[in-house]
Amino acid sequence: MSRDNGRRDGHSKFDQARRNILRAIGLGAAAAVAQPAWGGQTLQDAFASFFQKDYRRMSAEEIEAALERIERNAAARYGVEIDCQNTPPQPGVVFGYAINISRCRGYRDCVYACVQENNLGRDSQVQYIRVLQLEQGDFNLEHSDHYYDPETVPVEGKHYLPVQCMQCDDPPCVKACPVEATWMEPDGIVVVDYDWCIGCRYCMAACPYWARHFNWTVPEIPAEEINTNTHYLGNRPRPRGVVEKCHFCVQRTRKGRQPACMEACPTGARIFGNLLDPNSEIRYVLENKQVFRLKEDLGTEPKFWYYSD
Amino acid sequence: MAVIRFIFDGVREMFRGSREYWMWLAALSVVIIYGAWRYSGQITEGLVVTGMSDQVSWGFYISNFAFLVGIAAAAVLLVIPAYIFDRKDIKDVVLVGEGMAVAAVTMAILFVIADLGRPDRLWHLMPVIGRFHWPVSLLAWDVLVLSVYLLLNLAIPFYVLFMHYRGREPNIRLYFPFVVVAMFWAISIHTVTAFLFSANPARPFWHTSLLGPRFIASAFASGPALIIITLQTVRNVTSYHVSQTVIDTLALIMTTALQISLFFVGAELFTDFYNEGSHAASIHYLFFGLSGFASLRMWIWVALVLNVIAVVILMIHPLRQKTLLLNIACVLAFVGIWIEKGMGLVIPGFIPTPLGEIFEYAPTGTELSVAAGIWAFGILVFTLLAKAVIAIKLGKISYTLKLSYSY
Repeated sequence: MSRDNGRRDGHSKFDQARRNILRAIGLGAAAAVAQPAWGGQTLQDAFASFFQKDYRRMSAEEIEAALERIERNAAARYGVEIDCQNTPPQPGVVFGYAINISRCRGYRDCVYACVQENNLGRDSQVQYIRVLQLEQGDFNLEHSDHYYDPETVPVEGKHYLPVQCMQCDDPPCVKACPVEATWMEPDGIVVVDYDWCIGCRYCMAACPYWARHFNWTVPEIPAEEINTNTHYLGNRPRPRGVVEKCHFCVQRTRKGRQPACMEACPTGARIFGNLLDPNSEIRYVLENKQVFRLKEDLGTEPKFWYYSD
Repeated sequence: MAVIRFIFDGVREMFRGSREYWMWLAALSVVIIYGAWRYSGQITEGLVVTGMSDQVSWGFYISNFAFLVGIAAAAVLLVIPAYIFDRKDIKDVVLVGEGMAVAAVTMAILFVIADLGRPDRLWHLMPVIGRFHWPVSLLAWDVLVLSVYLLLNLAIPFYVLFMHYRGREPNIRLYFPFVVVAMFWAISIHTVTAFLFSANPARPFWHTSLLGPRFIASAFASGPALIIITLQTVRNVTSYHVSQTVIDTLALIMTTALQISLFFVGAELFTDFYNEGSHAASIHYLFFGLSGFASLRMWIWVALVLNVIAVVILMIHPLRQKTLLLNIACVLAFVGIWIEKGMGLVIPGFIPTPLGEIFEYAPTGTELSVAAGIWAFGILVFTLLAKAVIAIKLGKISYTLKLSYSY
């Protein structure tokens, strides 16, 4: 990918100058020369990445250095200057989600917003959200259509069921991981350290909701479509050979914003919020609606509910 | 330094032999090099060159892994009669079985490494410097039991052979405790590998308590099948004596194990199909196909037929006692169980997906080539170990002989 593609109209002259300086001091040259061996990294960065500890064992300084490496890598790979942050979980917050399935029309706006927001590989067509189309009166997932493609939705006589990571409170994927590269954060989000995952994919076998996806190849994203507002545990560019999943848009929600899927939903079917806040909308739904969870019999305790009007 | 001389002599013996022996090593090396070359392609391109997908996220590699752990465990079938029942005839060949265990565990480990998205991060699995998720993760358990099993099967024969090399009697009180540990450990490696699958309620096809027993039963059929063929080969290509009573005993064990294994298959089929629920979708896909998709159907029926023919030959005494028919039964059972416990077990677990999608899998040329390379590597390891073991057992190389040379 040419690094010139990365020039975004919105960037200031200062940004452009800074990037030129970066290039001048040899980052670009080193990356170009070293491309085959170090995947676009400088030798020093490749070395530091290799010996990087897992997220939960890194000191504040080590995390800061890792974030800077991530930003340099993104610059080398996509020619885009991203901002990779490490916003911590807020105290007293556990996130939960609810979907009003009688309002879902199957538009898939949530799916596309998620792809954009979370820098999902465009070639690989990884999507964190699957909207299933089912016959009215049928709730057997094996009868669902994952690839419905009519002229217009909703189709008469069909209903729609969006599925994504349930952020289980007793997540089988976390138990499965042999290197603790995936875990539940204090705010209830199950995250992956993409720099620690060894790519064994046991978590994918363990997940009852098919929420985990693997980077079979390097995820390709057009430089101009990259979301530069990223988080270490969230939507930063992923390497090849590791597992990823929905993380409740950790880069947004830890700053009090809505997840992209909720923001994009045109029918208002999606409700997201703090389960520990008795005045939150999600708590209202849980206390006043007939809610249910998928595959509750498996005991995974999803923090993701469905209800209907 | 007797130990250094022992290792030196052993290694020298491994690379000494007839023209045929060298051609055999060369042929294996060609397959290994080709496999390694294809693996380097997988490293460059990523696992995208395999047939695996988010839907079927494990394939041919993990299938072979599951099967080979069973072969490794089956070495215990020589260890128990040799050391516990003190069968002299079996004691003579027990080192061959342990060599096979070493080769099988090596292959199993290589298959897991071949399946990793990030083999460069293998050190993350190391305790202390990495982050070993033990005892929670079943995969961590598998790493632990396989590594220790490999060490046990290297250490015990090493000691016994070294004593033999020095012309001394191995001290049974010294190594017997390790033999007992190795026996239980053999059962553990295959049980843990079965639990790796059966631990997942997300995959109803695997989530059955019968999986552990099924794994052990089928391993105790496929393992002896391979050992019987191997021992006959040893008898034919070397001057090492392999008693027919060893083969008879193994054939009997294999008969019983294959009967039990087939009974377990029947028990699963009955339970899943008598009142067929959605949990039976995977087994329905495997045996009959689902919504017009049936790429595994032919394979599982072939496996079933192979195993049934094998069990019929084995069950009828006059047939089993004919070497040719016994060998046919061994090959049929070996291939049958390889299909049943490999592709027939791993792949249907993913079809349909937990969200009900049917997405099929077939291994690519890369997967087949890498797998062939790993198998060839395992056979090479076994060949080299067996070559040295037999020479030492025959007294062709020994410490005393060495000394007499130097004077």
